Amino acid sequence: MTILTFTLIMLLGAFLAGFIGSLSGLGGGIIIIPLLTILLGVDIHYAIGAALVSVIATSSGSAAAYVKEGITNMRLGIFLEVATTIGAVCGALIATIAPTSFIAVLFGLTLIFSAINSLRKKEEHIVSESSPLAATLKLPGTYPNHHKEIINYGTKNVIGGFSMMGIAGMMSGLLGIGSGAFKVIAMDNIMRIPFKVSTTTSNFMMGVTAMASSVIYIQKGYIEPGICMPVVIGVLFGAMAGAKVLVKTDPKKLRLFFACLIIVLAINMIYNGINGKI
Amino acid sequence: MELMEKSKIMSQEKFKEKVFQMIIGNLLRYGVWISLSIAFMGGITYLINHGNEPEDYSVFIEKDNNIFNVVGNVCEGLIHGSGESIIFSGILLLFLTPMLRLLISLFVFFLEKDYLYVFITSIVAIIIGLSVSFGFSH
Repeated sequence: MTILTFTLIMLLGAFLAGFIGSLSGLGGGIIIIPLLTILLGVDIHYAIGAALVSVIATSSGSAAAYVKEGITNMRLGIFLEVATTIGAVCGALIATIAPTSFIAVLFGLTLIFSAINSLRKKEEHIVSESSPLAATLKLPGTYPNHHKEIINYGTKNVIGGFSMMGIAGMMSGLLGIGSGAFKVIAMDNIMRIPFKVSTTTSNFMMGVTAMASSVIYIQKGYIEPGICMPVVIGVLFGAMAGAKVLVKTDPKKLRLFFACLIIVLAINMIYNGINGKI
Repeated sequence: MELMEKSKIMSQEKFKEKVFQMIIGNLLRYGVWISLSIAFMGGITYLINHGNEPEDYSVFIEKDNNIFNVVGNVCEGLIHGSGESIIFSGILLLFLTPMLRLLISLFVFFLEKDYLYVFITSIVAIIIGLSVSFGFSH
């Protein structure tokens, strides 16, 4: 296959990955990796590098709008970035020495976890009290709801959330993904922050988290320009198209469909990893 | 009177927060678009020059380049109009966008005299700085 043909196929694949990632709420990075490795036979290291670059692009792009609307809690994001960046650096260092089969299996397991998690029922809950540590760190905030009313919310269990964020950062550095699922669990389930604030703040944090591991990736040669270019552009436009469709449709059935599809991909990846085919 | 003063300060705070949000929001948006436009142009150049060659991405070749060497090579490639180097410079610019976001936040927290967050933001910047040296190869 010539580079031109391969680039066009990757562009189309990345568009689909971004589209599905946005509709299912999983993110484009996590879908592009099995697509590149299983379907197109690209080495997993290059796939991880390209995914990381696309994570930075899509998260920064969509974070921009939420920051302007005042939904993102920037102080909370920056505080938790201490945990995610430390995790990401550790993850990237482990990735450079870990055997490929280990990375493939871990990726498959993360994929299954994220797919199941995307089906979880999301309820908006707001706590009014905050823990003393959260108040000291000025983490409680406000956000505008659908009716443009300003809602105050409190924040709990800072240490628990911070630790979970360290794990999220490590997964991000190890696998080149945004690990949005882990980040949202840390904020939504552990720190009791409203769901809307959790997802947008998670998006806001991804760029800096990914950057912490990207330096190591660049030095090790994971970032292959010929792969990154079509992947980043494809995923970004796919994600934008997905966001447009999402406004019009109820994604419940689509979510179930994509979750099943992704679990199949994940099992395939684990199988190939164990057999040393990746 | 006192109440009016207080609400004035409150609305000023609100105003500052809004400006902060606008600056960061715009930085993120334009940072992404500018870097991707550069990567796209590089991609076209690359495809024009190498589009007909066979691809081979199935085997990973591990490199051990110092980040400064990588940047140096990219700059050299840019002079020769290499498509790959143009793409790479777009990607590097994309990586710099969140870094710039961090530095602007640091500056804004400093202006707001929020020294706790000046400290926290500095820690994040230092960790990223350390990651450059951790990844250092000989």
